[in-house]
Amino acid sequence: MIEISGISKWYGPRQVLRECSLHVKKGEVVVICGPSGSGKSTLIKCVNGLESFQRGEIRVDGISVGDSGADLPRLRSRVGMVFQHFELFPHMRALDNVNLGQIHVLGRSPEEAARKSRELLARVGLAEHADQYPAQLSGGQQQRVAIARALAMDPIAMLFDEPTSALDPEMISEVLEVMTALARQGMTMLVVTHEMGFARSVAHRMVFMDEGRIVEDAPTPAFFDSPQSERARQFLSRILRH
Amino acid sequence: MSALDWSSIPGALPFLLQGMGLSLGLLLSAMLGGILLGTLLALLRLARRRPLAALAGAYVNLFRSVPLVLVIFWFYFLAPFILRRLTGRADAAVGPLYSALVAFTLFEAAYYCEIIRAGIQSVSRGQVAAAQALGMSHGQVMRLVVLPQAFRRMVPLLLTQGIILFQDTSLVYVISLSDFLGAAGKIGQRDGRLVELYLFAAAVYFALCFAASRGVGRLQRRLRA
Repeated sequence: MIEISGISKWYGPRQVLRECSLHVKKGEVVVICGPSGSGKSTLIKCVNGLESFQRGEIRVDGISVGDSGADLPRLRSRVGMVFQHFELFPHMRALDNVNLGQIHVLGRSPEEAARKSRELLARVGLAEHADQYPAQLSGGQQQRVAIARALAMDPIAMLFDEPTSALDPEMISEVLEVMTALARQGMTMLVVTHEMGFARSVAHRMVFMDEGRIVEDAPTPAFFDSPQSERARQFLSRILRH
Repeated sequence: MSALDWSSIPGALPFLLQGMGLSLGLLLSAMLGGILLGTLLALLRLARRRPLAALAGAYVNLFRSVPLVLVIFWFYFLAPFILRRLTGRADAAVGPLYSALVAFTLFEAAYYCEIIRAGIQSVSRGQVAAAQALGMSHGQVMRLVVLPQAFRRMVPLLLTQGIILFQDTSLVYVISLSDFLGAAGKIGQRDGRLVELYLFAAAVYFALCFAASRGVGRLQRRLRA
């Protein structure tokens, strides 16, 4: 489904990704973790072409992302993305946020889109909040609307870029619950997160990044029980100590 | 020095009101046209295609570097000339009103462009990324996500620029249009009461513009809240 092969990226002289390779199969949930500045977010944004890269290849459902002729809008319409800072459109109600892409990108009728949106808002527990503006919602609620907005496009895969790191602690679980349900339903997911409890319970594989490199890529139990690299061991001991 | 005599004003009110109508008409048309053209220029200035951005930049710099009164003059004399060349008819006329309208629109567009460009740039990159991630084209990102937010933020600035434009419409006296100031001048000259009429005109401009800026200030506070 998502095949990242030998990706390298530079910001000017500084190399931020070093020959990263990672494959996500259909229905698989892969969690990327690592210290901040290790390139996790940059890597995930390369998958739908929000960030460019200089070397290597990324194929999503057979389409090469880096090709100059790639139809990026079409590809992006099929891959959902959830951002750290939610990025709901503040001038629209929750319902219209979820409608927008369906109507203008997929060409659904407003009625059809609204039906689907209400169904999805109900699924993330926000049926009552459809008519509210993002500013009237809590962070956790906003992020759930953002997940509904991405799901409304009927994506073949979902990308999550630190979806809970801008949230107050008591709101993290409501977002993770939605993500866990999604994973259980068989959605293909690539998730950048520090939530190790979530990772341990739903991820099929764990990827550990450090200094732009993928240092470890292992099945979840193996990663937590016996990390191979010293850096991953240090990272885990620091993050799991609490 | 003789005392001020205001007696010629009441009888001239209908004529002055007509002048005010012209001033406001010029203001509204130039604002509308200027904002439309300014938006287009702003999008061009931000375009990835360098030649387009440079062209729009040159336009803005040109119009922001010449006095408005000269632009009004040029269009008054140039527009009929160009029209005659294009149509081949010696009697083709534009008239001062339309030439002034074109001049104001083109001139204001340069200023609106800069306001709108700043507004577009104030919308965060995350918003653009979120819109792109839904599969929107560049045009859709702008039309559905960026411009609505940018305009909301820009409303006070656009209105303030409108107040300045309202004062500037008085410059059409150079092509003998009877806007509010022009009408006041004509009455003043007719009755030999120029000082009174110009004082009256100043008071009216002050009252309108002051009230409008207070209104914009209040709107700005409400938008911020």
